[in-house]
Amino acid sequence: MASIAVSTTINDDDVEFLCQPDETLLDVLRNRLGLMGAKEGCGTGDCGACSAIMDGRVVCSCLVLGAEAQGRTIETIEGMADGGELHPLQRKFIEHAALQCGICTPGFLIAAKALLEVNPDPSETEIRFWLAGNLCRCTGYDKIVRAVQDAAREMRGETA
Amino acid sequence: MRYERPQTLEDAAALLAAADAPAFVLAGGTDLLVRMQNDNFEADLIVDIKSIAGMGDIVQSDAGFVIGAAVPCAALSEDAALVAAWPGVVEAANLIGSTQIQGRCTVAGNLCNASPAADSVPALVAADARVRIAGPNGTREAAVIDIPTGPGKTSLAKGEIIEAVLLPKRAAQAGDAYLRFIPRTEMDIAVVGVSVNLTLDAGGTVTSARVALGAVGPTVMLVDAAAEAIIGTSLDDAALDALAAACSAASTPIDDKRGTVAFRTKVAGVLARRAAQTAYTRAGGK
Repeated sequence: MASIAVSTTINDDDVEFLCQPDETLLDVLRNRLGLMGAKEGCGTGDCGACSAIMDGRVVCSCLVLGAEAQGRTIETIEGMADGGELHPLQRKFIEHAALQCGICTPGFLIAAKALLEVNPDPSETEIRFWLAGNLCRCTGYDKIVRAVQDAAREMRGETA
Repeated sequence: MRYERPQTLEDAAALLAAADAPAFVLAGGTDLLVRMQNDNFEADLIVDIKSIAGMGDIVQSDAGFVIGAAVPCAALSEDAALVAAWPGVVEAANLIGSTQIQGRCTVAGNLCNASPAADSVPALVAADARVRIAGPNGTREAAVIDIPTGPGKTSLAKGEIIEAVLLPKRAAQAGDAYLRFIPRTEMDIAVVGVSVNLTLDAGGTVTSARVALGAVGPTVMLVDAAAEAIIGTSLDDAALDALAAACSAASTPIDDKRGTVAFRTKVAGVLARRAAQTAYTRAGGK
């Protein structure tokens, strides 16, 4: 199969890569670009461990072809911290122990970031529905929900 | 396998028509990329239609709404005029998959995937939606109900692409609603899906109605007897009983691990009753 040349923007950087026509964006991120934060859990769009933001919408990168990234703007977990400064969601996940094994965590953080960008003050129900496409087999979700609520409070400028 | 991203519908249809081996249209990819993971999947060609002008647009006109084939379902709920006119269609489309899936999946894709349990399809059928189809011999229109012909099968000919889903202009005092049964609270496939679309007169009497069922037969069903049961009524208990009975009678479901024949048949009536009440309220009925 002939390789496809793709120009895209990932975490504010101009990126060019070659990929196969049937290669997923997840495989491109991990195997060609060394961005190993997005994980392959199911490979069929059920678990959300591969979540990335494409043109402002959170997507499963396992259900996007690498070739589709042409001309798009992509955000991954690697772009979430500001240099050495963690994003409030990242800090609150640590503070609330909202992770154990950590495989699902990049996906949860990306999906939660996308939520707070469109809804800075989500209810618990809204958080749970928004994150229903991210599966975690360790935490039971409560700590994740509390971490998102606490980060949202901080990002709105309210004290805990 | 080749990946092509044509700029025009004509080029896209020509690519598909010329393919010798299996060829697929790629819009949101939430069904296609899952199928591609399967070892038995074979494709010679993937035609990505997202670079074609208009595919990502929702356009409102005097005739109603034109929803481009590549509009993600999440965008439907962001269009206030569409939500106001066709709340049942939007709520059905927004039940498909997770947030991540919503960012990619399309109603045109939901229709072409031709699952009997597709959530948006009963709502489109109840809405009397049509599709504009581009093909090697030009453009044609068809009713949504004429697209699926069986599980995984459609009436689209080789080289044909659904270009847009067309929702009619909304009458005053009209409303629609979609309800499905799933054993979980979200992220599941309909065991039964029911959509009711109705119009009222000034006195609250139903003047026209369309009732569609999903997941209780090989394809979506438009149940005329269910519509007739509520036309001319103000949705009193007797009308709702007749509606429920008509929907149960029309159901020809399968037994599987998600629901038995008896359960699906019963639930089709229960959901029809509730969806009709919601549609009635949305239409301004009291």
